[in-house]
This record gives sequence, C-alpha cells and structure tokens, in this order.
Amino acid sequence: MVATAETKTQIDELTGTYKHGWSSDIESDFAPKGLNEEVIRFISAKKDEPQWMLDWRLKAYAMWQKMEEPDWAMISHPPIDYQDIYFYAAPKQKDGPKSLDEVDPELLRTYEKLGIPLAEQEVLAGVEGAPRIAVDAVFDSVSVATTFRKELEKAGVIFLSISEALRTYPELVRKYLGSVVPQRDNYFATLNCAVFSDGTFVYIPKGVRCPMELSTYFRINAENTGQFERTLIIADEGSYVSYLEGCTAPMRDENQLHAAVVELVALDDAEIKYSTVQNWYPGDKNGKGGIYNFVTKRGACRGKRSKISWTQVETGSAITWKYPSCILEGDHSVGEFYSVAVTNNHQQADTGTKMIHIGNHTRSKIISKGISAGQSNNTYRGLVRVMGGAEDVRNFTQCDSLLLGDRCGAHTVPYIEVKNPTAQIEHEATTSKISDDQMFYCMARGLDAEEAVAMVVNGFAKDVMKELPMEFAVEAQKLLGISLEGSVG
Amino acid sequence: MTHLLNIENLHVAIQGEEILKGLNLKIKAGEVHAIMGPNGAGKSTLASTLAGRESFEVLEGTVRYQDEDLLALDAHERAAKGIFLGFQYPTEIPGVSNLNFLRTALNAQRRQRGEAEMDGGTFMKLAREKAQNLGISIEMLKRFVNVGFSGGEKKRNEMMQMAVLNPTLAILDETDSGLDIDALKVVSDGINALRSADKAILLITHYQRLLDYVTPDHVHVLADGKIVRSGGPELAHELEEKGYQAVA
Ligand SMILES: Nc1ncnc2c1ncn2[C@@H]1O[C@H](COP(=O)(O)OP(=O)(O)O)[C@@H](O)[C@H]1O
Ligand SMILES: [Mg+2]
Repeated sequence: MVATAETKTQIDELTGTYKHGWSSDIESDFAPKGLNEEVIRFISAKKDEPQWMLDWRLKAYAMWQKMEEPDWAMISHPPIDYQDIYFYAAPKQKDGPKSLDEVDPELLRTYEKLGIPLAEQEVLAGVEGAPRIAVDAVFDSVSVATTFRKELEKAGVIFLSISEALRTYPELVRKYLGSVVPQRDNYFATLNCAVFSDGTFVYIPKGVRCPMELSTYFRINAENTGQFERTLIIADEGSYVSYLEGCTAPMRDENQLHAAVVELVALDDAEIKYSTVQNWYPGDKNGKGGIYNFVTKRGACRGKRSKISWTQVETGSAITWKYPSCILEGDHSVGEFYSVAVTNNHQQADTGTKMIHIGNHTRSKIISKGISAGQSNNTYRGLVRVMGGAEDVRNFTQCDSLLLGDRCGAHTVPYIEVKNPTAQIEHEATTSKISDDQMFYCMARGLDAEEAVAMVVNGFAKDVMKELPMEFAVEAQKLLGISLEGSVG
Repeated sequence: MTHLLNIENLHVAIQGEEILKGLNLKIKAGEVHAIMGPNGAGKSTLASTLAGRESFEVLEGTVRYQDEDLLALDAHERAAKGIFLGFQYPTEIPGVSNLNFLRTALNAQRRQRGEAEMDGGTFMKLAREKAQNLGISIEMLKRFVNVGFSGGEKKRNEMMQMAVLNPTLAILDETDSGLDIDALKVVSDGINALRSADKAILLITHYQRLLDYVTPDHVHVLADGKIVRSGGPELAHELEEKGYQAVA
C-alpha cells in the first residue's frame, strides 16, 4: 500500500470548501459553516425538539458570546475560528481520502497492529463512501444490538440517543439536563449547550442492576455525535450501571474541534462506572492535524452512599483538556478517578479531576498516570475541595509521571482546598524515567525495544488499567504500546 | 562446529573508559566455564556485552556465537538465539507480574524463531513444573518482577526464567551471591539441570562454594579487563587459598 506525501491528509484541510447553498429548509442535511441563532434554530428544528430545548440552546448561545476561551491550561494552539466550523452535519468533503491508499500510513500501521479488518479501517479513517455511523458500523452489530436492546427493555433501562430521549422522555431529560454542568459552566461546555448534535441518554430505574455494560458501540440512531456530543446518565436509587465510551482504534474526524459534555447523576445507593478510551487522531509526527478535545465531564453523587467512578485511557488527540469530576453531595458518597494519559510527538494533554466534598463522610480516590514521550507535554491538574460543613472527609491522591526521553514534559498541578479540619488528605506524586536497566532487562529476555517499552509502561499504568472492564482492557493494553511507538531509539 | 562461543581480542568501553582490554575466551558446547576475579575486573561488563547491552561500546575484537557474528545482533535477537544472562542485579519492573513477563518473553523469542506462540494453558503447566523444581511458589510468580524480592528470591527468579526459556548459552553473573546454603543447592540443581551436550554455561562467581556443586570444566581468572590465567577446577581452589593477587 503506497501513499503519497499529500495523502497525509490533515484534518483541518478536510473541512475544505463546501459550496452548497444555505437553506433553512428542514429537509436540508447541512447547516453552513459558522454559528448564529439561525444555525441553532436549524439544529433544534432538525431534531424536532420541544420549544424549551430551543430556548435553552439560545440562552446558552447568548452566554457563550460574552465568554472568553479559558487560558489557564498548559496547552497552546492557534486561535480557533468558530465561524469556520460546521456545527451541524458537515457535508462529506470531496477532498477526503478516496481510499486507504491516501490515508496516513502510520495510522494504517496502527490499525493493522490492532487487527482491524479493512472495511472497518475505511470507516475509521473516514474514507469517502464509507458509512458515517462509525462506531456502530465498526462492530457490524445490528443483530447484537437488537438482542441487546430487548434485554435492556426487560430490565426497564432506557438507553437512547439524546435526541430520541428528548422526544420520548422530555420531562426526564429536562429535569436533569444541565443540572450537573450548568449552562454557564465554561466556554466549551456552554458552546456544547448551544449546539450539541447528539449523544446518549441513559436512565437506570430504582434497584436495577443494568444487565450488561452499556457501550456506545451498540447505540443506534446516533449519527454525527463525535464533535459536540452530549451524554446524560441517571442512576436512580440503588441502581448500578457501567458505561463504556470510545474505541481503541484511532479515529479520524473531519472536525478538529471537539467539545463534549457528560453529566452523571447518582441517587441514593446508586453506582455509575464510566470508562473511556479516547483515541482520536493525534496529528502526525510533526504535530500537524489532530483533534482538539475540550471535554467537560462531571458526576453528581446526589444520593447517600452513591458512587461515581471515572476511568480513562487517553492516548489520542492533539490537545486534551479534560477533568472528569465528582460532586460528592450525599453523605458517605464516593468519587473515584483513574487515569492514564499518554502523550507522544507534539501532543498536549492537560487533564485531571475535581473532587468536591460537600457531604459528610465522603471519600475520594485519584490515581493518575501520565506518560510523556517525544516532545509532548503532559499535565495533571487536580482539585480536592472540602467544604466547611463536610465532616470526616478522606481523599487519597496518587499522581505518577513517566518520561520517555528528555524532550518531553510532565507537570503536576494539585490544588487542595480544605475548609474542615476533620478532613484527611493524602497526596503522593512521583516522576520517573524508563531506565536503561529496565530496557536492557526486557530486551535480554527477548523483547524488542517497542515491546520493552510497552511492557514497562503497562506495568506503570497497571493500577488504572485493572479498573477497565474486560472488554476494553486487552485492547487498551495494546494501545498503550502502539501509542508510544518510535519513542525509543 | 568447533566452538559455541569464540571471543577474540575483545575491547569494550563504558562511557569512554576502556574496561575490557583484549579478552579471549573459547567455549565449546557441553562445557561449563567459570570466570573468577576481583571486584571491578570487568566480569559483569563481559556478561552484559555478550547479552547485547547497547550502551557498552565494543572498540575492537570479534565475538562469534554458533558461527555467527554475535555483535551484529540486538539483545532481543541474541536472546531468541539462545543466549541468557542471569543478572547480577536483576531489575524491578513494577506492575508487571512475573508470569506475564515470562510468557511475553518466551513468546517474543518463539515468534522470532518462527515458532508458534505457547498458549496460556501449556505455559502455566511449564511454569508450574519449573517453579516447583526451584522451590518457587505460585504466589511469587504472580508478584511483580523483582519488586520487593529479597536478594535470594531475585536470584532464584533468574533461575526460573532460565529454566523456562531453556537457553543454549547461559551466562550467570554472580547468581550464587547472597544465597544461603539451601538456596545455593537449589540454584546449583537448576544449573546442573541445564547441562547437556549441546549447551554451555558461563559461571561468573567469587566463591569456590558454587563450584563444589557445579563442577566446571575450565576456570579462568579475569583481572584488569583480560583473562590472565586459565586452568581446570583446581585453579578455583588455588584462588581460594592464595587470593587473586598471587594467582594473577
Ligand atoms: N554502567 C556503568 N557505568 C559506568 N561505569 C561502569 C558501569 N558498569 C561498570 N562500570 C565500571 O566498569 C568497571 C568494571 O565493572 P564490572 O564489569 O561490573 O566489574 P565486576 O563485575 O568484575 O565486578 C568498574 O570500574 C565499574 O565501575
Ligand atoms: Mg559484577
């Protein structure tokens, strides 16, 4: 498979020039580039949303116009031109890759190593004519999905695209949407409120243990969700759900800017386990292209003894700006954050968590493993806040950085705010390098340099990887190794 | 085939400083050689150079193994061709279980040799059998590679790896140091179990006592980067009595 130089297609080039005339006709599939009220009305009408939803979007848009992009994260990028972005269903570009021959060969090598069949590679790489509903098509799972849905219905679990949920369960959505991440929360979240395209809605009824892991793989009727995705998961009293998001295969997307919002609500004695493998296109070796991923993820432990657990493996994107957080309102509620973030080449990641302790006897645990290689920058940024009224709070934070080579950076920025003297806060941080001794030891046993790095890195990330559901764990392990290829000589 | 390993005029530098200064050594299949010598003589340098440590710079000389230019191969290729180094100071790999490490290593070698990978069940059977011979518990196999191991456990773990990987040329760098007498016996049994007509063993040791259990065919004295004397097993006794200074 030979690829020419210009086939190293850059995502920003892919958003090229669409000449289709603008029409606010609901039959149209596309909104033009740029953002204004009319585009928002179009999105809302397209989804046949209730009036309150449109008003909510417009209110967010009005707020957003007065807001500034945050600049406190340890990342840098050229200014984003919001008038040069498709906010709804960007049309398929004529200058997209026409076949796999035109796709970044590095990307194809990765697919091969992950053992992804050709047809699925086309979908992932965004080849012209390949089906657009990537994640669903990838697992070619119509029949699986049907059985799956039947079983969920039996259990009373609601698992729908958020557009569908707005039509079928508008009151439920209305009650919780924006209740964890307020509309005004931050620049990117507010933008998402105005323009979110689609996403997932999950409701687990009282006392129900969701009979299977819910995965975006199986969600149907959810096109174009990649860019401004909106997820809302509610676990009613005494219920349990484990949700998997993402895909280990690196996914290309024509849209460079991603700004998702995820809201989780756990009521009394409920537990939500949310696992992510994020592997969007990171850009090429020289740092060209790649996704900017500005995500707001937050869970509210509203109920007593409720628990929310975030596990993330972040290997993709040019920029990752992401702080899955827990608001521990209910007494005895528990928040956990397990994270592996890998940066290579010119990737930048500023990621971490916030644990806000409001209820008494609340517990939080943070395990963060940052791995930097190439010329990348990897920052852990975490806040542990204990409110004055919160008695007997405990937090444990373990923050480890592993460096490969000496041109990359690892930074740890912990914020600890304790307003109640009964709190016990523990913070441990380490920075280490893969040693020559470790490399030689592995290689003397038969592993090549890349296998040796993968071995040491997976060991380093073990405490987080073991939190992943089985479905993800094996692939995610492979992925760690692959993401770091070429990082040792 | 004349020699399994043939080292001629080997000069090796570490960070610009010459450590091995014209070393010669020939080993035939079926033989056990022992190298003894004072601290800092270059014994570990020789061992690591043979196993392919990249940061050690070969200035001069040749090493042939199975009639092939050994120095042209990377460490992992040498491992696949049957060279095993028992480390003087085995390295810790946090988060990686011994079993996972060993199975990955074995299959990496098998892949390189064009053999089928060993499935989990077969591997576990093999690992159990070898562990039992060495008095290693399954619990220890599940622990992270060398993390929190005592000196003796580390050395026994090296023997475990050797037993599973079944090398053609085993280079054991002070595998006997820090072992109590029972552990020494177990390790010696492990070494003797590997002895066969088509394999060879290079023992690096300070002490006669290992050689009471594993009788070498040849004993060499390494001092200041060179083999300064060679002889039979009796040379080890002489060293024990008179010290390196007198013998070298
Ligand atoms: N990694 C290293 N970096 C720098 N010097 C080293 C290193 N390893 C060994 N040396 C030096 O090389 C010489 C020989 O060491 P070594 O081969 O370990 O001796 P022995 O094993 O015979 O005790 C010593 O002077 C030692 O300080
Ligand atoms: Mg030594």
